Amino acid sequence: MAEFQSYTLNFGPQHPAAHGVLRLILEMEGETITRADPHVGLLHRGTEKLAESKPYNQSIGYMDRLDYMAMMCNEHGYVLAIEKLLGIEPPLRAQYIRVMMDEVTRILNHLLWLGTHGLDVGAMTAFLYTFREREDLIDVYEAVSGARMHAAYYRPGGVYRDLPERMPKYEPTPYRGEKELREMNRAREGSVLDFLDDFCHRFPACIDDYETLLTENRIWKQRLVDVCVVGPERAKALGFTGPMLRGSGVAWDLRKKQPYEVYDRLDFDVPVGTNGDCYDRYLVRMEELRQSTRIINQCVDWLRANPGPVRLDDPKVSPPSREEMKDDMESLIHHFKLFTEGYCTPPGEVYAAVEAPKGEFGAYIVSDGANKPYRLKIRPPCYIHLSAMDEMIRGHMLADVVTLIGSLDVVFGEVDR
Amino acid sequence: MRPLREYVRSFLLVELLQGLRVTGRHLFKRSVTLEFPEEVAPKSPRFRGLHALRRYPNGEERCIACKLCEAVCPALAITIDSHQRADGTRRTTRYEIDLFKCIYCGFCEESCPVDSIVETRIDWHLMESREQRVIGKERLLEIGDQYEAQIAADRAADAPYR
Ligand code: SF4
Ligand code: SF4
Repeated sequence: MAEFQSYTLNFGPQHPAAHGVLRLILEMEGETITRADPHVGLLHRGTEKLAESKPYNQSIGYMDRLDYMAMMCNEHGYVLAIEKLLGIEPPLRAQYIRVMMDEVTRILNHLLWLGTHGLDVGAMTAFLYTFREREDLIDVYEAVSGARMHAAYYRPGGVYRDLPERMPKYEPTPYRGEKELREMNRAREGSVLDFLDDFCHRFPACIDDYETLLTENRIWKQRLVDVCVVGPERAKALGFTGPMLRGSGVAWDLRKKQPYEVYDRLDFDVPVGTNGDCYDRYLVRMEELRQSTRIINQCVDWLRANPGPVRLDDPKVSPPSREEMKDDMESLIHHFKLFTEGYCTPPGEVYAAVEAPKGEFGAYIVSDGANKPYRLKIRPPCYIHLSAMDEMIRGHMLADVVTLIGSLDVVFGEVDR
Repeated sequence: MRPLREYVRSFLLVELLQGLRVTGRHLFKRSVTLEFPEEVAPKSPRFRGLHALRRYPNGEERCIACKLCEAVCPALAITIDSHQRADGTRRTTRYEIDLFKCIYCGFCEESCPVDSIVETRIDWHLMESREQRVIGKERLLEIGDQYEAQIAADRAADAPYR
């Protein structure tokens, strides 16, 4: 019988563990991978090209759909670039709201990552618990922006609307007694800030639960420890950012190193790993959940004490309030002008980046002075992480592919754009 | 000492039992599952669902065919044709939204100067064929008439923020 040599295995694009539409061509030597070739582009929607054809504001909604696990962070990177181009700064309250929503987004992203990563590796239970908490935060998203995922909430010069004073409540149904309904609506009696405050108080116990289920679990450790190790120097050379880089022991976090918005006023720590394996990246993300909770807590306190405008009072960039628009001819003209033509930016090039849950999300805009970008380049963290896949997976077993995809935290909306 | 302790812990399945305790505890907690068709997740007045066109209390349609919503729509989902009526006002002869193109961004509602096009709370609408994705003016006005009370209450609740 002929000696069985290497063979090629097609993984995905519809594999449930491929987190979207990743197609991998794996060259295998028995169970061992000798080469992995990611094929991307199955979710390409041409966001960058699309943005060239419409006024700046109209592309905000498309940013949500890049990394659809970190909606508001993407908007943030894009909006920040426009603001830099225009040379405007949003009111302080808007900055706090943005930071708070960014951290809510980070928790949303990490919860989904934890659930699905666990599911891929074989831990079903954590998935159920993380989605319970996600639901609460998605309700916050919905109360604030009107959409559970694709928020379109940030605007150059602030955010669309202030945080609502009331949190939506569950309606009575025949399935729930009065007492149970009251329990379900307990945290929803007050405003969104009260709800988030309550969430921040109960969330650390939930993280403890996830950690009890996973951190010490022997199967979890066997699947994660010493899998796909990347050293700090190599991680930097590969262009890693976010938890991928911090897991390798490099304390690089844009929130600390290049503070944007109000991150320099907030107190939080940046967790750093030591080994650079999947397990360390897991630990880093778990600690980030706790740190995000801390940041949200501080923002809630500040926002409660400091009401104020959330949008820049500059009718050339940000539309007037509806009341003004209906009373005042000049405002009406501004309103029409902004919603048809938008605003023109000075010619130039800018790059602005935020620390999105997955790493550095940046937007690079070239403007020729028109009301739409001449060129928009998006720097997605996942695309760069995915391109290191081949190097990371070589010599590992087939089962480790799933672990690595989970640990990379790839999302294809962002890789393919 | 440490390796020995680790060994004993691992032998006694300590971490697995701790994990089991967490799941055991949750077994007796209130279930968070909603009985879907009867129970739904709470929705805020800002919810952006199916579109509707509104009327003034006297029955006149609000839309003045200014085409702002058409211009602002990032997905180019709105198509409007207009004419001048006998009384001199401008009205739409055609107002179509392609629900497959729409990304539910809410910009149309944000732009409309007379609060005519709105996004309602309706989030489970269904189509039986592809052609039904384009909803016309009659259907939009019909939705508006049907849910006017809810729509008006939602706009009133959110008015201070806009
Ligand atoms: S919600 Fe957005 S995409 Fe949909 S019709 Fe309105 S403006 Fe267009
Ligand atoms: S719905 Fe509103 S924005 Fe659109 S054409 Fe009519 S009046 Fe203008």
